[in-house]
Amino acid sequence: MFSNILIWFVVIPLLMLAGLALCRDIKQIRAVAVAGSTALVALSVKLLVDYLAIRATGNTAPMLFTDSWSWFAPLNINLAVGVDGISVAMILLSAIIVFAGSFASWTIPQPKAFFLWLILLSTGVFGFFISIDLFTMFMFYEVALIPMYLLIGVWGSGRKEYSAMKLTLMLMGGSAFLMLGLIGIYYHSAPAGEPLTWNILEIVRNNSIGHGWQCFLFPMTFVGFGVLGAMFPFHTWSPDGHASAPTAVSMLHAGVLMKLGGYGCFRVAIYLMPHAANELAWIFLILTGISVVYGAFSACVQTDLKYINAYSSVSHCGLVLFAILMLNTTAMTGAIMQMLSHGLMTALFFALIGMIYGRTHTRDIRAMGGLMRIMPYLSVCYVIAGMASLGLPGLSGFVAEMTIFVGSFQHTDMFHRVFTIVACCSIVITAVYILRVVGKLLFGPVQDKHHLELTDATWWERFSTVTLIVCVAAIGCFPNFFSNLIKFTFSPDIFAVLGMN
Amino acid sequence: MDATLPILILAIPLGMFLVLGLAGYKMSHKLAGTLGCLGMGTTLVLAYVTAFTYFFSGSPEFVDAAGNRLQSLVFDHTWLAFTDKLVIKLGFLLDPISAMMLVVITTISFMVHLYSMGYMRDHHGVFERGFQRFYAFLSLFSFSMLGLVVATNIFQMYIFWELVGASSYLLIGFYFVKPSAVSASKKAFIVTRFADLGFLIGILILSFYTGTFNFTELTSAPVDGIADVFRVSEGTAESVRNIFLSRSSAAPVFLGGSVLTWALVLIFMGGMGKSAMLPLHIWLPDAMEGPTPVSALIHAATMVVAGVYLVARLFPLYLMETTALEIVTWVGALTALYAAVVACAQIDIKRVLAFSTISQIAFMMVSLGVARPEVHEGLGYMASMFHLFTHAMFKALLFLGAGALIHAVGSNDYTAMHGLRKHMPITNWTFLIGCLAIAGIIPFSGFFSKDEILSSCLGNSTVVYVWMSLVAGLTAFYMFRLYYLIFWWKEHKVHEGHHAPHDQPWTMTLPLVVLAAVSVVAGFIPFGKLVTWNGEPYDFMAHFDWSVAGVSLFVAVAAIALATVMYRKENELPAKFRAALPALWTWAHHRFYWDELYMFITHKIIFNGICRPIAWFDRQIIDGTMDAFATLANKASRAIKPLQSGQVQLYVWWYLLGALVLGGVTALCLL
Repeated sequence: MFSNILIWFVVIPLLMLAGLALCRDIKQIRAVAVAGSTALVALSVKLLVDYLAIRATGNTAPMLFTDSWSWFAPLNINLAVGVDGISVAMILLSAIIVFAGSFASWTIPQPKAFFLWLILLSTGVFGFFISIDLFTMFMFYEVALIPMYLLIGVWGSGRKEYSAMKLTLMLMGGSAFLMLGLIGIYYHSAPAGEPLTWNILEIVRNNSIGHGWQCFLFPMTFVGFGVLGAMFPFHTWSPDGHASAPTAVSMLHAGVLMKLGGYGCFRVAIYLMPHAANELAWIFLILTGISVVYGAFSACVQTDLKYINAYSSVSHCGLVLFAILMLNTTAMTGAIMQMLSHGLMTALFFALIGMIYGRTHTRDIRAMGGLMRIMPYLSVCYVIAGMASLGLPGLSGFVAEMTIFVGSFQHTDMFHRVFTIVACCSIVITAVYILRVVGKLLFGPVQDKHHLELTDATWWERFSTVTLIVCVAAIGCFPNFFSNLIKFTFSPDIFAVLGMN
Repeated sequence: MDATLPILILAIPLGMFLVLGLAGYKMSHKLAGTLGCLGMGTTLVLAYVTAFTYFFSGSPEFVDAAGNRLQSLVFDHTWLAFTDKLVIKLGFLLDPISAMMLVVITTISFMVHLYSMGYMRDHHGVFERGFQRFYAFLSLFSFSMLGLVVATNIFQMYIFWELVGASSYLLIGFYFVKPSAVSASKKAFIVTRFADLGFLIGILILSFYTGTFNFTELTSAPVDGIADVFRVSEGTAESVRNIFLSRSSAAPVFLGGSVLTWALVLIFMGGMGKSAMLPLHIWLPDAMEGPTPVSALIHAATMVVAGVYLVARLFPLYLMETTALEIVTWVGALTALYAAVVACAQIDIKRVLAFSTISQIAFMMVSLGVARPEVHEGLGYMASMFHLFTHAMFKALLFLGAGALIHAVGSNDYTAMHGLRKHMPITNWTFLIGCLAIAGIIPFSGFFSKDEILSSCLGNSTVVYVWMSLVAGLTAFYMFRLYYLIFWWKEHKVHEGHHAPHDQPWTMTLPLVVLAAVSVVAGFIPFGKLVTWNGEPYDFMAHFDWSVAGVSLFVAVAAIALATVMYRKENELPAKFRAALPALWTWAHHRFYWDELYMFITHKIIFNGICRPIAWFDRQIIDGTMDAFATLANKASRAIKPLQSGQVQLYVWWYLLGALVLGGVTALCLL
């Protein structure tokens, strides 16, 4: 069992949990957190290298490193694992953000409990990305959601109980839909008379979900995952949740957890039910198209730094779902790139906001100003994050958005192209809210004389931000590597069914 | 051609940006500045070598047997592949206009690098704070601008287009503690971003129908892959149009215009933003908040002509849809007049120069708009590029001169200057040369390029010709108004405790003298031999029209004479003139209230009318609904809570009631 590299992505966090339970002071906790998250990064890099090596030999199986261990035979539930280019990219993203997040929570109060929950959360995340068994996937999904409640409720700020409750309830509401959808898929996973299965690959091979059922189950799963992907109108947990969450949790939540939504929409809703996706895409295109523009407009008038980035996430994640629904290789590649890009830069944003908040004790942009003179390092990082967000070439946002726009505009249908133009408008609005914040927060005269005594970043803060910036720049400068990694996955499977690309 | 030089031309400024950006804060000011100048100097040499090789080596790569210039793809590296055909490549395209732009950009950039060594200091000669950052940004800008002009495909151009926008943002906001600089930089970025949206949509439409980003494929034979020939024959030009028609069988026409027209107009919108054409011009005057060398480099000579360059780059496509060219012409003509009128009523000398830049770029646009192969063999195209070249030189000269004045006086207003000619003789003479060049006095460079533009206009439409001649007269008038108000009018008063203004150190003087020399002689460059729309050499003298030249010369001299009468010595005429036309003065002084209009649209309509309601809707309605579900669940549970009261009597009551009901129902069923 442990010969499969994938299982280690769950084992290492579990080992970390055990290690954390034994820790007695903050130094040991930091050591465990750093060692574990470094191991995860190393492991995910090894996974990437191995994956590319196998692909280079001409292996075209949809999933590599597949394995399956039964854990509840009566319902045919297995711990089935396997990855393709998209999962590899997502695992890499998660490992990097957990790594950066550990450094960003260097001085958190009650560190032991905090890291226990944080690592439990990441166990769920990694488990979700390696699973190809729907039930196991769902289980890991829930494992990732629950710790969020405690992390926000205990370590959060502001109206934390309210936000934690709201976030959990809304996501659980989504899960309820999702659960129904998954059970529905299970009962149609095989032709009559054959054993039912939860395994995604087998379900695709069987291709036995009838058209009517597809049209019923697709919205269930898409909305179920869409709630976590901040789809309009189910996004309102996001601003409150992010605003109340502590730094590392915001980073992990926006950086990784919201990606579970987009990934799930693709892996379950569209991958298993392409006909329904093709037929019903227009409804969700309208909703996600609204998300993109609406989120951006909302961000323009917010005054709390975290609210601005939460709404910006609504806009950017809307673009992910928007592109997935275009059902063509380029746009979907763009969607996955956007997930990577958004994950990294939003994590960077929230890390920086946390660092600024830790110093000024306010997140209200009206109460701050001229921070560039006071904390130049953090301010420069903030400008870089902003530039990535508004799509400056050379940083990740640009390549992701352009892949989405070009891909979407290649759609043969006029409706899709017009909607692409609507989504394109977000690049202007994004520039407005990003520059508004940058101008207000970092430039201009110093607003509060007390801020003059504040210090710039510490070494662990620098380390955390540099890690993320390097990744953002790497995607932005060498996009073809990531694009090819992802694109390969989209080859025949779903498009063959639709006879389109 | 060997790719080493072209790669170095791009790599040196980029490397310099990284070195100065990452390690600059540890260097001394002098080291950072010297490194920047050395880097740019090397790039200058390499660019000159490349351009001279292209124009004069006569290698078969660059010129065919008949003497026509060719496009040469030095290298083209895949950066991001969307589909098999739609690929963003980063490459280096050498053709007449890109070679010319290499010369322009590196020359001005090097002059500005050198000049800033002297300019970016305070009165005691101490370097300004952020000096290293300034050089890092200058390098970034130079890199982006060079990448833009050598782009091999429209997406590469878009990438560098965004990068120049960002470096412009960073440089305008260089004094980031000043609120006015911050808002100016923000405004510049957002206005050009809005224009870039049009550019992007245009690219999307163009690539959807033609299936390529590549310039060579777009502007010449689309089927045979990369054709090295720049010449567009009738047949191949048709085939791009055919692609448009065949691909779009359902909707070749959109809202009354052909799809190609729409694409070209949208792309031109991007150019309007960068080149500050009406109505997207409002960012450029504010951009003068940046340090003056930056204004000279970015907002006079290089980045603002990117829009002209874009249209020139896609010129064969524009020729297919003359509707788009008509739009280019009229946008240009309106902008030229507008900016010239406004320039007559500004007090800040940098603003006068900014509006003059807008007006001169509009000249280039008009020139492209009226260019047709049948009118003087496409003279307009060449004239536009020629004017781009000469304008870059004399406008950079004027801005650097203005910088010297501002540095000496400590103010942007001409009211603080007056009569400086005796104090700053070198600045006086070089500034005068710049003014003569822009006014179009023979033999200064501006005369030749402007004359060609006017001849080209006359060949296309008399209305445009008369219109543009009028603007040329206004140009001469406002430039000499500025000149006299700075250097003459009345004697300069030196306030107590201040030093008398004086000429500058050699780092600042040298660029002025060099650029002045170029402005004098640039008109004699045989441009027609080098840069034409189809690569065929063009004999300038064969088409020289003395009547056009005579008229434009007469208009210019008359305008200068008028300016001399009004502004040479302190007198009442300007005040009387102002009193005679109060409305015109007020409107021109307030730039015809465009800024107020934009403020109204952005703040009142978009910010208060769209953003706020959406944010309110989100919090109150959408979130309110979600909260309402929670409240409902809460209320429901409260409502049934009394049932679990813990009173046994009540439970017995309910038990009996339930038993009775069930019994009753059972009995009914059995009956």
